[in-house]
Amino acid sequence: MTRPSYADPVDSHSQETVIATRGLELAYGHMAVVRRLDLALPRGRVTAIVGPNGCGKSTLLAGLARFHKPHAGAVVLDGRDIQQLPSRELARRLALLPQEAQAPEGLTVAELIRFGRQPHQGWLRQWSAEDRKVVDEALAAADLQSLANRPLEAMSGGQRQRAWIAMAIAQQTPLLLLDEPTSALDLGHQLEVFELIRDLAARGKTIVMVVHDLVSACRYADHLVAMHAGDVVAEGPPAEVVTAALVRRLYGIDCTLMTDPATGSPLLTNMRRTTEPLTGSAT
Amino acid sequence: MCQAGEARRPLPLMFVWLSACLAAVCFLSLLFGAGEIGPGASLSSLLGMREGAAQHAEEAAFVIHELRLPRTMLGLVVGMALGVAGALLQAVARNPLAEPGLLGVSAGSAFAVAIALMLGASAATLRVSVAQLGALGGCLCVLAAARMRGVGNDPVRLVLAGAVLSGLLGALTSMILLVDQRTADEIRFWIVGSLAGRHLEDLQAILPSLALAGVITLLIGRPLAALALGERVAVGLGHHPRLVRLLAIGVVALLVGATTAVAGPIAFVGLVVPFAARALAGPDIRRTLWLCLPLGPLVVIGADIVSRLVVQPSELPLGVLTALIGAPVLILVVRSQRLPTL
Repeated sequence: MTRPSYADPVDSHSQETVIATRGLELAYGHMAVVRRLDLALPRGRVTAIVGPNGCGKSTLLAGLARFHKPHAGAVVLDGRDIQQLPSRELARRLALLPQEAQAPEGLTVAELIRFGRQPHQGWLRQWSAEDRKVVDEALAAADLQSLANRPLEAMSGGQRQRAWIAMAIAQQTPLLLLDEPTSALDLGHQLEVFELIRDLAARGKTIVMVVHDLVSACRYADHLVAMHAGDVVAEGPPAEVVTAALVRRLYGIDCTLMTDPATGSPLLTNMRRTTEPLTGSAT
Repeated sequence: MCQAGEARRPLPLMFVWLSACLAAVCFLSLLFGAGEIGPGASLSSLLGMREGAAQHAEEAAFVIHELRLPRTMLGLVVGMALGVAGALLQAVARNPLAEPGLLGVSAGSAFAVAIALMLGASAATLRVSVAQLGALGGCLCVLAAARMRGVGNDPVRLVLAGAVLSGLLGALTSMILLVDQRTADEIRFWIVGSLAGRHLEDLQAILPSLALAGVITLLIGRPLAALALGERVAVGLGHHPRLVRLLAIGVVALLVGATTAVAGPIAFVGLVVPFAARALAGPDIRRTLWLCLPLGPLVVIGADIVSRLVVQPSELPLGVLTALIGAPVLILVVRSQRLPTL
């Protein structure tokens, strides 16, 4: 079985961008977590943010979603500073799925997905036929129709994560941010979720996700942003930016890089911890 | 509960069913009492039949219209208010055990009234706003405790913290009563929590704040439901959790303060009612709240009827009875293998 090559190289900088950062600085108190960042993420593509624990990748995602007020600089969405957007307007433009989101016990898949319609509702616009249609489409997109009335806690981890993503689909935003969507999932369930993400990108959604596993990121993302200690150290198509030197800088391991014959994306083999001191700044 | 592949029971149907049950219980509440007017005499008086001595019939009419009717109306209002307050507090604290009586909100309210009386206030007119301020103080303590490390994420610990607060405030209230004879006389009949001996005017005094509470609740229903998915998801859906929580806390203070002012502190109703409503309607608070409206009075009036009958010719305080119903439910919730997360 041949799989389509997900990592087909694109020149990201010539692409139209949905979301970008201009000199973005994010900090906890006085401790800078993300430093002077200029990013432009390509429209209709899957971008993966990778890096070691504590490199600031989740903070960056939180900053893109306006959970984190910039210390300096700005996040620009469709040409506008996100700090200027009203909350509901922002919720109609970008959806964020936090890590390990928790639903109350007994909530069913369909009930969860309906929450995605809230940014489109108001006092004058209650639940409508349009909302129902969008929820049905989200159920179909995530292949959950047969499980619509099942409580979330009675489903597998992969199905549950697909349900959360379906809620974000129902939000009908052009941009979807995911914080480690496959953490705590086994291999089969990881594939289930990544394939859904690829599907969504194929339909034109722009996706930005934080991914723990570099190999998965290479396989399923079109665009890679590698972070180390608050700085972006590499950015571009995985096949171009992932090098032995980068892996060593990010994770402190030496490895041999190979090309996955099925997808053309980079694979790491012969991994061992670096014995020499790291070259990157140790924070 | 909800089986796989089967949609929930429709909300309007359940609401109508419960309301019908409530109507029946209200009717029973007019028929039964601890005194000499039994259900037979009450029924004939209600139906307008004048049998037996005229004096006897007059007495029955008096008991029904002046004693049992106000009492039933009060039960109706108090039940709705406490049921809704419990559901709201649980949503805000994200804790199925958060109950105004258990967490010290009612105790704060009672303490505030005792202080006001000691300082010289006497008229019942003052009582409502003072009780609401006290309830607000209690609510803020709960919220602070819920945000404390190690307390907020453990439902049982939050209840322990609430028990400490309740105990402390209760002790202080008792101290005031011991020291100040006049306050003790004014407050004694009220401090145990009871629907007996109240007038319809008492009810009128609290209706404006209950109406305000109802309007705010309608306004925050949607974001409050989203809060159940967590702070970040709620923000991601375009809501302002902090504002919503604050408004909900304000509503709880209005409701609990008002009920405490007229009926004294009544514990456990805010635990039992939302628990039952969730079991019927699922976790979405917009559905739960609708069912709390008939379920609350059902529990309160039902308990009140029982309180009149078990130790005839005297009565048990209502607060004692609701505790008897509520304590097993509390134990059930705590013992259930997985404490439901909200």
